[in-house]
Amino acid sequence: MNFFKLIVVCAALGFSISSSHAELTIEITEGVESALPVAVVPFASQGAPVDLRSIINADLERSGYFKMMAEQGMASRPSTTAEVDFKNWQDLGQNYLVIGRVNPNGGQYNVEFQLFDVYKGGQLLGYQINSSAADLRKTAHTISDMIFEKLTGKKGVFSGRIAYITSNSLGHKKWTYQLQVADSDGMNPQTIATSNEPLMSPAWSPDGKQMAYVSFEKKKAAIYIQTLATGARTRVAEFPGINGAPAWSPDSTRLALTLSKDGSPDIYVLNLTTHALTKITNSSAIDTEPTWSPDGNNIVFTSGRGGKPQLYMASSQGGNEQRLTFTGDYNARASFSPDGKYLAMVHGNGNNYRIGVMDMATRAINVLTSGPTDESPSFAPNGSMILYASKKGGTGFLSAVSIDGKMQQKLVFNSGEVREPAWSPSP
Amino acid sequence: MKLTKTLVVFMISASLLSACSDDKKPISATDGSQNAANGIKDASASTSGLNNGAGLNAQGMPNGMNAGNAGDMSGSGEYNDPNSPQAKVVYFMLDSSEVQPDFVPVVIAHAQYLVANPSIHIILEGNSDERGSREYNVALGEQRASSVANMMKAHGVADSQLQTVSYGEEKPAAMGNDESAWEQNRRVEIVYTR
Repeated sequence: MNFFKLIVVCAALGFSISSSHAELTIEITEGVESALPVAVVPFASQGAPVDLRSIINADLERSGYFKMMAEQGMASRPSTTAEVDFKNWQDLGQNYLVIGRVNPNGGQYNVEFQLFDVYKGGQLLGYQINSSAADLRKTAHTISDMIFEKLTGKKGVFSGRIAYITSNSLGHKKWTYQLQVADSDGMNPQTIATSNEPLMSPAWSPDGKQMAYVSFEKKKAAIYIQTLATGARTRVAEFPGINGAPAWSPDSTRLALTLSKDGSPDIYVLNLTTHALTKITNSSAIDTEPTWSPDGNNIVFTSGRGGKPQLYMASSQGGNEQRLTFTGDYNARASFSPDGKYLAMVHGNGNNYRIGVMDMATRAINVLTSGPTDESPSFAPNGSMILYASKKGGTGFLSAVSIDGKMQQKLVFNSGEVREPAWSPSP
Repeated sequence: MKLTKTLVVFMISASLLSACSDDKKPISATDGSQNAANGIKDASASTSGLNNGAGLNAQGMPNGMNAGNAGDMSGSGEYNDPNSPQAKVVYFMLDSSEVQPDFVPVVIAHAQYLVANPSIHIILEGNSDERGSREYNVALGEQRASSVANMMKAHGVADSQLQTVSYGEEKPAAMGNDESAWEQNRRVEIVYTR
């Protein structure tokens, strides 16, 4: 286990448009030793309001796959192919080079970038993208995705978004709760719901356009589905007792959820078109936290039927129940990888709650994090990372870990507690 | 061993986020890989406040970890008085929804008061400590509230006088990440609604 520490340089992004300054701190705590050296040269720019280089550089650095070159060490700053001297970048120990240009074009910007293999001396990728000023950040993330995919063979996830819950104390046992959606780097946080009663369990629809979540705004639990673009929402479950843990079926037609209307908490499936409700489990113990296998055939859930919480799997039609976890005092809140091969979970022993991942073929659990209060694992849409929530010193923050446990990063927001992260599905 | 540096970035205002209008064109890609050139479809999130101002009130709980005077039935009007010293919180063991013997007299005292005052209603609010997963903790809090409700019903309280809700670990009574905070958070609060 040879780790080294990636050092993130302090980058001041030259925004001239906005004076707002909500802060996000990203710490990359562990990266792989085999990280590829990449230099991203500042883009030649005529008055672009966003520093694309900083965003791309931070995205690639955060992935843990690359060792990014600091701007200060660059002997030249080419922005066109003709200006690139490959020998120069070889001498600086770089394997790959990114250059770019941003030019005003009507009311928009014309963004061009090129990725070179420094040793072969050839271009690997080159694109021109037209972008409005407002979309320049998004364009930078798109470029990061294209570079990431070219160099790793895996889909980038920088264009995706994350949903999460924040809570801030108002004093005297009162809080305000917010459901927010931000870019994958934590920027552009937007509040999509606010309440003085708890908000919980955000779940993206498979197309990324809607969010199901639990709200206690009426001082009892109810599940809502909200359309992100319009803010319009529908209450889909408001039974007596628990209305919790919504999970979309992969085909978007149904929602698995937890209800306790008949006594003990059980898993149900709600057909979103017909509103028909099917009871999936029927134990006298707690059954909750359903998650669908990506093929839609099975539902994994947490059950206390064996005394302690453990993971079980049932057919999504009901029946065929089997226990999945046998090691650890506490296995809960499962989340499938997009390819269905892995199952992330909260894995507890004593007072130490960590994120574990089960290989569905062998049923072996690999523990990825160090705890002690890690929870709510959510896979990145390319399956490479798991986003989860942690606490230290009473502050809740988000972390991400690669599924082999070798890369870790941390996103700390400047106020309040952040929890229950959910990574948006692939567009 | 935290050799980390921080990257401090600044949020640009949400108003900058608008419909995306990209179109990508390859520029002399030498390897012919021009696949990623699809439009990025992305629903912009919009802000939608839920407009909920109502916070909990009438919760004045006398913050007693012991069940001390709970069996004291004198002055029964004190039960729904927010300033009453009567214990209005039942505490639980880890991962358990069983009412501990110490708290049985508390539950019975409230039950007797409710039987004597059938027009009075309560909400039993179940809660858990922060350990473990959040929805499981909602279920645990629900079972705790149900345990108290069932004991009250066994002592003659009408269904219609009781409501339960579970907030899981979302409304801790004590902040902190140790047993002294956790034991105060594993609880059912008895909230008189009038």
